[in-house]
Amino acid sequence: MQQKPKTLKFLLTALFSTLLTTILIGCGQQKTEDAGYLNKTYPSEAGGTLVDALSGEPSGLIAMMAGESSASAIASNIFNSLLKYDKNLELTGELAQSWDVSSDQKTITFHLKPNLKWADGQPLTSEDVLFTWKTVTDDKTRSPYGADYKLVKSAEAPDSNTFKVTYAQPYAPALDSWSGLHILPKHLLKDQDINNTPFSRNPVGSHYYQLDQWKKGESLSLKRNPNTTQGQAKIDHLVSRIIPDRAAQFLELMADNIDSMSLNSIQYARIFPSRPDLTAKIAQYKELGNSYTYLGFNLKHRPFDDVRVRQAINYAIDKQEIIDGVLLGLGLPVASPYKPGTRWSNPKLQPYPYDPHKAIALLKEAGFEDHDHDGILDRDGQPLSFEILTNQNKEREMSAVLVQRRLKEIGIDVKIRVVEWATFISRFIKTGDFNVVLLGWGLGLEPDQFNIWHSSQQAPGQFNFIGYNNPKVDKLLEAGRLELNPDKRMKIYHEFSEILLEDSPVVYLFAGYGLPAIHKRVKGIDDPAPPAGIGHNSYEWYIPTPLRRNEMSAE
Amino acid sequence: MLKYLLNRLFWMVPLLVGISLISFLIMHLAPGDITATEASFNPKTSEESRQKLRELYNLDKPVIVQYGLWLKRMSTLDFGHSFASHQSPVFWQETDKDGNVTKGMIQEALPITLLINVLSLSLIIAIALPLGVISALTQNKLPDRSITIFVFIGFAIPSFWLALMLMYWTGVSHNWLPISGLHSLGAEKLSSLAQILDTLKHLTLPILISGLTGLAGISLFVRNGMLDVLHQDYITTARAKGLPENTVVYKHALRNALLPLITIFGLSIPGLIGGSVIAESIFAIPGMGKLFYDAVLMRDFPVIMGILTIGSALTLVGNLLADLAYAWADPRVRKGVAQ
Repeated sequence: MQQKPKTLKFLLTALFSTLLTTILIGCGQQKTEDAGYLNKTYPSEAGGTLVDALSGEPSGLIAMMAGESSASAIASNIFNSLLKYDKNLELTGELAQSWDVSSDQKTITFHLKPNLKWADGQPLTSEDVLFTWKTVTDDKTRSPYGADYKLVKSAEAPDSNTFKVTYAQPYAPALDSWSGLHILPKHLLKDQDINNTPFSRNPVGSHYYQLDQWKKGESLSLKRNPNTTQGQAKIDHLVSRIIPDRAAQFLELMADNIDSMSLNSIQYARIFPSRPDLTAKIAQYKELGNSYTYLGFNLKHRPFDDVRVRQAINYAIDKQEIIDGVLLGLGLPVASPYKPGTRWSNPKLQPYPYDPHKAIALLKEAGFEDHDHDGILDRDGQPLSFEILTNQNKEREMSAVLVQRRLKEIGIDVKIRVVEWATFISRFIKTGDFNVVLLGWGLGLEPDQFNIWHSSQQAPGQFNFIGYNNPKVDKLLEAGRLELNPDKRMKIYHEFSEILLEDSPVVYLFAGYGLPAIHKRVKGIDDPAPPAGIGHNSYEWYIPTPLRRNEMSAE
Repeated sequence: MLKYLLNRLFWMVPLLVGISLISFLIMHLAPGDITATEASFNPKTSEESRQKLRELYNLDKPVIVQYGLWLKRMSTLDFGHSFASHQSPVFWQETDKDGNVTKGMIQEALPITLLINVLSLSLIIAIALPLGVISALTQNKLPDRSITIFVFIGFAIPSFWLALMLMYWTGVSHNWLPISGLHSLGAEKLSSLAQILDTLKHLTLPILISGLTGLAGISLFVRNGMLDVLHQDYITTARAKGLPENTVVYKHALRNALLPLITIFGLSIPGLIGGSVIAESIFAIPGMGKLFYDAVLMRDFPVIMGILTIGSALTLVGNLLADLAYAWADPRVRKGVAQ
């Protein structure tokens, strides 16, 4: 458990980044070759290789077994689910052509598309779906993701194109859960132990691509799957190089050894604009990410049980300042835990404005004033002072510093403590031994956030660790789970977000943008990005022959 | 002599058990286990499934029982399977009933780390020895001063920063060397000679960087050892006999000054299997340092214990080898041992 001198570390980080930026900018005065040919329009054609960078190596490619994001990034090019999200983040069929919900809302019947095949030519049928369901719910499967699927009371495959699941009671998040389960081939896995099958390193799927070569620790290459269930992709090969360090990735991008990576805000907003040689050959994109950062109060501790104190802190924090300072403007303030622009996000809601006077007034109402004139507010002799706990993450650490400064201005004494992730979870979150945390949650595509906000979810290891308890919200969350009609659900979750904002159990700080940079040789990318991000039509991306990288020029 | 050797080897066993017990306990002092790191903050996961995992991995049992289970496995040299990496064998490859081979994690990470460390150690010795001798011979004069300043800069400069600058200079500004990784894309299509050349090109910067940071230690060690010896009576005697200065320095002085280096090399044997996390991350090299670091962050206990056990065994072996080599090189020690 380390306690660091925050300001010093902050200054050092800033100094180093500035130094590096200056040097990179300074070095940039060189060959600005004519890149006009990159901006011409070319007809769409098949072929070529796209090289990108992965920060970590997947441990295997069965997504339900491997927790890492790199595993799902690769596996989602190889495997299909029954359903998927389209470019506007609405559910649509992937392996399923259509689905019906029974009138009592308990049974969902999926109708698979006809003539589906695995990459090895074997037919893909509802038997495979049933097998996958049995695998993920099997007690011997070492997967943390079984919970959603264990709610299925019975599953059956009446014919080869139909898969039917029945729940004990209506369960609205079910549809989303079927968009997250990669269907596995029964004929290859039925005699295998899913926990350590070689299949995870040598998978056979049904999506656009199949694994070509996996060089341990170095790269994963995919090639097109001729038996794809979703139509042919344009680009022949996808190569993902494993480069853990972001700076090294950036150098590889500059040297044209990789085609795409996701930038950080300094690279996006400081280095790129000052380097015409980079902007000439590399296109920058901006898509809203899938998570938001918040300041969460331990509602079981005083004084955070008082809504006025929570609202006061919300008013005292300047969210735009954090977005400008930490993300260099590349983020959005949010007022609900849903992605702005999707149907679940309530357009009426506005974040708390920055208003220190209102904050002071609210605190006074709650009994906090500077009685002993030491510059810190107090109540009953107790100073208003607490510790913000966060994990090792640059954005969060920097946000905490800005929050600390704003709260100091209205007389709240804040200390910051940064701990390593596993320690953070086991020592503080699970035990509830914290006052305020600075963390992130996903901006759910599925609106159900029962696990995070329902009062029944407070046991150690569950996700309502801040101890939020509002009977009205509990009712809405329960109702939202039972309602499968999207319009009715929308009303429920709009009302839920409104109460949540008013109650202020967390202060929404920001939702950051994802900042992919892709070489201009790759064509067919949607700009600006739709809500689902630029990747939604990656199978339509193409690399015109004259722009392709010379096969052995990767030196 | 044989008795001495057997005695030393025998005592290694309780020592290793003691080291592993302490490592095991310290490892468990850090809060959290694999269920706190793997998908722990994904609301789609549930506490029940995490509890199930804990039971499958025996993490719900008392630490000392877990240690017993580990020791029992280790007694048959079974290093176990990783928690975080899809049940990969920790140490060496395994073949399942269908003949599929799954490589061990240490088996895959070790060769590249060994190669880099052996090459950079050779580089260090090749440069540090002459530097140290020159320093000693020109004590407090300009060459000595500049060498000392140079090796200290090499020691003090943040290696990640230097690495990035060199990568930029040799990889982006000039297309001299590859930036990261071990092989170029499509390198398998090249002839085997070109492939070796390709790998060497990839290894140039990592070896250079780790060599530069290691220079200071050895060169100062040689310098001080030389200075010590040069003031000994037998050197004065050699000079008084009228021996040529070269013979005095390289035959009489240097050989004696190099004796303590044996100890250093003995101690650097376990270091050969330990990689640098920073260099490996920046250069995207899948070596031992990254393996160990990731295992610690993920609380992947079998992998942590596997690497620690091999490391401590090598430390003990290295110590023994150093002592034996010392006895071989120095008659004074040999006699002391025999008595």
